[in-house]
Amino acid sequence: MTTIALADSATMLRRNLKHMLRYPSMTLFMIVMPVLFMLLFVYVLGGTVGPDGTDGTVGHAGRAAYATFITPGIIALTAVAASTSTAVSVASDMTGGIVARFRTMPIARVSILAGHVGGAVIQTVLGMVAVTAIALITGFRATTSAPNWIAAAAILILFATALTWLSVALGLAAKTVEAASNAPTPLIVLPFLGSGFVPTHSMPTAIRWFAEYQPFTPVINTMRGLLTGGAIGNNAAIAIGWSLAIMAGGYLWARKLFGRDPVQA
Amino acid sequence: MAPPTPQASAAIAVTGLRKFYGEHLVLDGIDLAVEPGTVFALLGPNGAGKTTMVQILSTLIHADGGEAALAGYDLNRQPARVREVIGVTGQYSAIDKLLTGRENLTLMADLYHLDRAAAKARTDELLERFDLTDVAGKLATTYSGGMQRKLDLAMTLVSDPRIIFLDEPSTGLDPRSRRTMWQMVKDLTRNGITIFLTTQYLEEADQLADQIALLDHGKLIARGTPDELKRMIPGGHIRLRFTDVSTLRKARAIIARPGRADEEPLILEVPTDGSVAELRGILTHLDDNGIDVAELTVHTPDLDDVFLTLTSN
Repeated sequence: MTTIALADSATMLRRNLKHMLRYPSMTLFMIVMPVLFMLLFVYVLGGTVGPDGTDGTVGHAGRAAYATFITPGIIALTAVAASTSTAVSVASDMTGGIVARFRTMPIARVSILAGHVGGAVIQTVLGMVAVTAIALITGFRATTSAPNWIAAAAILILFATALTWLSVALGLAAKTVEAASNAPTPLIVLPFLGSGFVPTHSMPTAIRWFAEYQPFTPVINTMRGLLTGGAIGNNAAIAIGWSLAIMAGGYLWARKLFGRDPVQA
Repeated sequence: MAPPTPQASAAIAVTGLRKFYGEHLVLDGIDLAVEPGTVFALLGPNGAGKTTMVQILSTLIHADGGEAALAGYDLNRQPARVREVIGVTGQYSAIDKLLTGRENLTLMADLYHLDRAAAKARTDELLERFDLTDVAGKLATTYSGGMQRKLDLAMTLVSDPRIIFLDEPSTGLDPRSRRTMWQMVKDLTRNGITIFLTTQYLEEADQLADQIALLDHGKLIARGTPDELKRMIPGGHIRLRFTDVSTLRKARAIIARPGRADEEPLILEVPTDGSVAELRGILTHLDDNGIDVAELTVHTPDLDDVFLTLTSN
């Protein structure tokens, strides 16, 4: 049973990768939003605002330092942008007859969702690589070693996978493709209401409390620690915990939604 | 009409199948049996419940009551086994339009775990058989409706299913593609495949089916061979147009078996067996009573006539 599920998931993944290759605009579109924010924050705001890149003390430290500070938040935004594209692609796939055909075939049903998740995670990672390259051009400087890059990538992939399962569920829950494209939108504010663009200790108490306990903050803090130095503390453990919890929740919700009878066409 | 006794040997055996959408009962206790290697047509107008019936029997959605067995496998308890023996070609093309024709077929072969050589051979054979070899490398989104339907059917055949569901296989096709589709369905039956098709066209059921059942408002209202059904609707009807409403009403009052009367275009439909004698009788009768008929047209049997006849009884 498991080998069948794996083989079918691989087949579905190939299908989703072919879609991506055929429509690269979806992948390109995904990096537009984070790159736009990167440019706005560094070139419009970065001249006068922004904390120091390494220890997060409030006070102006220059454009390059600000670019370095916000890059982890911008990379996290890329995961959010990818969520929208995943929810849309799942929702539009569900409206087509091909998924109805899959449901009447002797295949592991979870493979249909797993194919979407695998394709989306690969797409997200490509988007993150592109965004990181642009961040380097705008002044981001990592002061780190190869093992730390790998650790940062691992945390990001785990977090992206978690958000992808959540987006798959949001795409399944949406009644229309338009609704699916709006569903992940609230996630966009999370890197801002966290440690992505300013240090959380500069915020008013209520927002600060939210910022310190929401999932994006430990992920961003862990990346910042790994890539630009500084203390990580328990951020890595909390980031992994959040990712696993979101992934489990998204997976179970998606599986439940997909197990229901499809709505009559 | 006594329901047929489901037999263990039947390819499809259904008893007491019910389905609600909310408060609305869309299938109200369906009983039917389809013999292996035959073509069964479920005939009915839009909204009769035909597609729902196919969706339930093909494991896409669950029934709210009743039993069904396909090739001996219980629909409710062994859906995975049922999926191994069926193939479905739906009303809306179940193809991946972002893939090419060949990629669509290869996708099916992979999901049925054919090895590479077998997959290639099967794909080539089906492309050839459905006349799609020339466009195999093109995206399915560029295909015409008829080509998409052919690809759809070819995908259904990759796994060599024993039972095939065809939900309105020719809806939306031009007359030439419709003939081609009919020929392909006829070819399938030579291989001993059982076919369950739905249609709103009497002609299609007549061309293809060994047995026809008429579905209306979630109930089977008639069943039989095409010939048996045709005997129920002997000659279609004639349409008589009059110049004013009072003449129409007068005509309706004196004709022995009037059908639908429509006072807006001033038309009265009269079921007939199509014989010249009966036609002459009706006209003479109207003439004797001084009723002028402005126009007369003869209609060959269609689904409307079946319902007109069966529901007026």
